[in-house]
Amino acid sequence: MFGPTIATWRKIAALASILGLMLMGLAACGNNSGAGNTTPIKIGISLSLSGDFSADGQAFQQGYQLWADYVNSHGGLLGRQVKLDILSDASNEAQVTTNYQKLITQDKVDLVFGPYSTLLTKPASVVANRYGYALVEGAGGGPSVFNRGLNNVFDVSLPVANNLVSFTQLMAAMPAGQRPTSVAYATEDDPFTQPQVDLANQLLTQAGIPAAVPEIIYPAETTDFTPIAQKIIAAHADIVVLGTQLPDITAFILAFKQQHYNPKAIIATAGPDQGTQFLQAIGGAASAEGIMVPNGWFAEEKTPGNAAMVQAYIAKYGGTPDGISADVPEAYSVGQVVQQAVEKIGSLNQAKLIQELHSGTFTTVQGPVKFDSTGQNTAITSYLFQWQKGSLVPIYPADTFGAVAPEYPKPSWP
Amino acid sequence: MELIIDAIITGILTGGVYALMASGLTLVFGVMEIINIAQGAFVILGAYLSYALAQHFHIDLFLGLLITMPVMFVLGVLIQVLFIRPLKRDRTMLSILVTFAVALIIEGVLTILFTANIVTLKAPYITQSFRIGNFYLSYIYVYGFLLSVVLLAGLYLLLYRTKFGQSVRASMLNRTAAQLIGIDVERVSALTFGIGVALTAAGGMAFGATTAFNPGSSYDLISRLLTIIVLGGMGSLSGALIASLGMLIIENVTAVVWSPTWSSTVFFVLLVVILILRPQGLLGKLEGRKQ
Repeated sequence: MFGPTIATWRKIAALASILGLMLMGLAACGNNSGAGNTTPIKIGISLSLSGDFSADGQAFQQGYQLWADYVNSHGGLLGRQVKLDILSDASNEAQVTTNYQKLITQDKVDLVFGPYSTLLTKPASVVANRYGYALVEGAGGGPSVFNRGLNNVFDVSLPVANNLVSFTQLMAAMPAGQRPTSVAYATEDDPFTQPQVDLANQLLTQAGIPAAVPEIIYPAETTDFTPIAQKIIAAHADIVVLGTQLPDITAFILAFKQQHYNPKAIIATAGPDQGTQFLQAIGGAASAEGIMVPNGWFAEEKTPGNAAMVQAYIAKYGGTPDGISADVPEAYSVGQVVQQAVEKIGSLNQAKLIQELHSGTFTTVQGPVKFDSTGQNTAITSYLFQWQKGSLVPIYPADTFGAVAPEYPKPSWP
Repeated sequence: MELIIDAIITGILTGGVYALMASGLTLVFGVMEIINIAQGAFVILGAYLSYALAQHFHIDLFLGLLITMPVMFVLGVLIQVLFIRPLKRDRTMLSILVTFAVALIIEGVLTILFTANIVTLKAPYITQSFRIGNFYLSYIYVYGFLLSVVLLAGLYLLLYRTKFGQSVRASMLNRTAAQLIGIDVERVSALTFGIGVALTAAGGMAFGATTAFNPGSSYDLISRLLTIIVLGGMGSLSGALIASLGMLIIENVTAVVWSPTWSSTVFFVLLVVILILRPQGLLGKLEGRKQ
């Protein structure tokens, strides 16, 4: 009897090694698809944790984290836990580009979520597109995000330009005796705020409510708002439409109070939707009385997962439902949409994900989501809100759940 | 016309506060030839100190300066001793990096302590105003301006009527010569840096009383403050005052007459013209200082 020769043993060892390598390769492929893999799914996000957008950026972080907590406590995504890889961009466009390049090429994240603001979503979507990643986001709704021919960017929130349409409808529908006769506009030169104010200007002019002074556009880096406020006040307009974020609406309210200027209505594109933060910044609920803001979400909204998200927010961060920034559900909705799309295609393949996002219909805490060919959400409803007695309540459309009568004219400053 | 008058008055009042914020920056450059990029962050830190005292101890914003200014002075001295003094070579260039790092640390600590939420200072005189003609003037702008006048006058007296002031001015003129005649230039530098930072406590309070802020609000500020000291002449206190008033008046008038979009442009065009005619700034020294 002759046993295997040394050469035969070497052949067997070589074959076993090749087989082993093939099996390892298959296992690695399994990592990408998620099947049988327990390593966490890495989600890369650049957020404005410092700089001009830091308040919103941190609220977005809360929203993303709440979604991740929810998913992880309910079996994960494709059976795997999700892990957020968040880099700070200091509200800087160049840093956003660097961050997404690092997240995709070095950190090798499986998915990317969007940053805060239209301004920062634009560079983020370009980087994501370069590497074939889908970029689902909740705060980059300015028209300039969607007119560049990219097919990988999806905004789960209300298309920005239409935000003030509900306000213009409400004003135009006022009875003859109450209808405003003139309006003043001021807006930051920001791709989020200016398109909204431009459209409101156009719609109110068409409705026979003219501008008392040409639309005032100011640079985003403005720190002294007094001369702008003075120009609005000098126009003696019935109502004021402001394209603002939180710092500038706070400055305008302070200036209006100092000047004893009491327009019949004030609406701001953003700022009053920031809950407790807004109230603290302007000096309490009495100063907020009657101020309006458009939005796609409110705490009592009967949408899938909304009550659970609100409950989870209060358990984790404290406060009240009214104190929750609208940024939180925007971020949370991003997670919900990606989760539903990934679960439907059963993998993390970016091409399939982009295809599914273009064709599918999704549900979020903000309401339904259906993307058009440019990535804008065509299914969501625009609500108009007003601060009344310390709560931000829906006032339009009138058939909205929990809607109350508008407070018009707005009461004088306290 | 009323709008223009109002814009000029508001420009003068807010310009005074900017002069206060910029005075420390120009003074520090004059003595040490370093550019303190952290000046904007110190202003915001000063605003937060006033906020903390008002929120937790109900101390009036102006009275609180009796606490915040000494605290900021000590902080400034410590930063100079620990971070600036060790710089022996390429002082001007390295100081930009070091003070930028200090600014980032301040922003990070403030974010941890106060979160990134926007806050405002609160006091009755912030929202109250009195009537002049057809417009109202807010008390806080008047009080902020008066505070700036008092502190800048105090700084002037310190520089021109005291022995310490002589040491500061001697160090500004010629650092090496000042050392040769027995002035402890390092000590003068530390105290000057402390004074510059202490002034930001007052500037920060006035800024926070008129503007909503968060830890990230320093970025827009520092660019404006640097512009002021370049226009005024690096190291010139009176130049900083004139430049502050000029900048705010020009910006305000442009905003009401034309558009806020052009406010900065008009100002910067004038800045470029002035710097072409006077490269050293309005009141700066043309000749380089000798070490």
